[in-house]
Amino acid sequence: MTPPPPPPPPQPVRLTISSTPAHLPVVRAALESFCEVAGLNERESGCVVLAVDEALTNVIRHAYHGQHDKPIEVSLATVSQPSGQQTLEIYLRDWGTQVAPEQIRSRDLSDVRPGGLGVHIIRNCMDEVSYCHVPEGGTCLRLTKRITGKASR
Amino acid sequence: MPATDKTNHRKGQPVTDTTNPIRGIEWAGEDHRVAVVEAQGDIDLRRSSRFQEELLALPDEHPREIVLDLSNVPYMDSSGVASLVKLLARLRRDKVPLKLTGLRPRVRSVFEITRLDTIFDIRATVKEALES
Repeated sequence: MTPPPPPPPPQPVRLTISSTPAHLPVVRAALESFCEVAGLNERESGCVVLAVDEALTNVIRHAYHGQHDKPIEVSLATVSQPSGQQTLEIYLRDWGTQVAPEQIRSRDLSDVRPGGLGVHIIRNCMDEVSYCHVPEGGTCLRLTKRITGKASR
Repeated sequence: MPATDKTNHRKGQPVTDTTNPIRGIEWAGEDHRVAVVEAQGDIDLRRSSRFQEELLALPDEHPREIVLDLSNVPYMDSSGVASLVKLLARLRRDKVPLKLTGLRPRVRSVFEITRLDTIFDIRATVKEALES
């Protein structure tokens, strides 16, 4: 059993794209702008853009098996945590094949070989990563990044 | 060396799916057997299979060394990096050195996150790679 999907934060920016790789640069550009408005520095923005791009690539490849006409919903929001910490919250929702969350894991990087790097990148770039199956079908991925407000070096 | 202008191409213009991720190959070194390969544009799911196809054809040209210039690659995802790992494995088998140059900060960060920056020979510029 996976936990129920968390409610999306209030007033998110929502993008609905088709599962075509041609839409990836569109999301990257939108995300870049959102990160800038949210106050992430250059390095943090780069990490978030990379993580979301990798996650969308996984959805296209594994949830939709390369089909290009399926929906993916991307929700972006900034949230004030009870601690006062500002976070960037990103939800990716698909309606494709569900993969067991325990199967979505990083691999040993000392084994130098192509493939399997996407999950490692996502987990390394984001502060929190959680997957859940939606009872109506598909998967919700929640990615969280703390906003430090510190300038890049 | 061919008289190609490498300074003013495509700047500010979007790179479409149909653009070859490999802009060109020049042959350097006294014996003209060092392949200086210039990549271009974002390397993501749209273009990584073409990128890989072009890269894995390079050993067929029998270079004694390959210098891959990534200075015109603003973005690369893990599928692009995976293509480079495949090329590296193939070249190591043939004992052909591979040097990567001109990595922009965002591209470099992908190598750092995946710890492949310690596996690849990364140089600042093509000039430095050719002189090393």
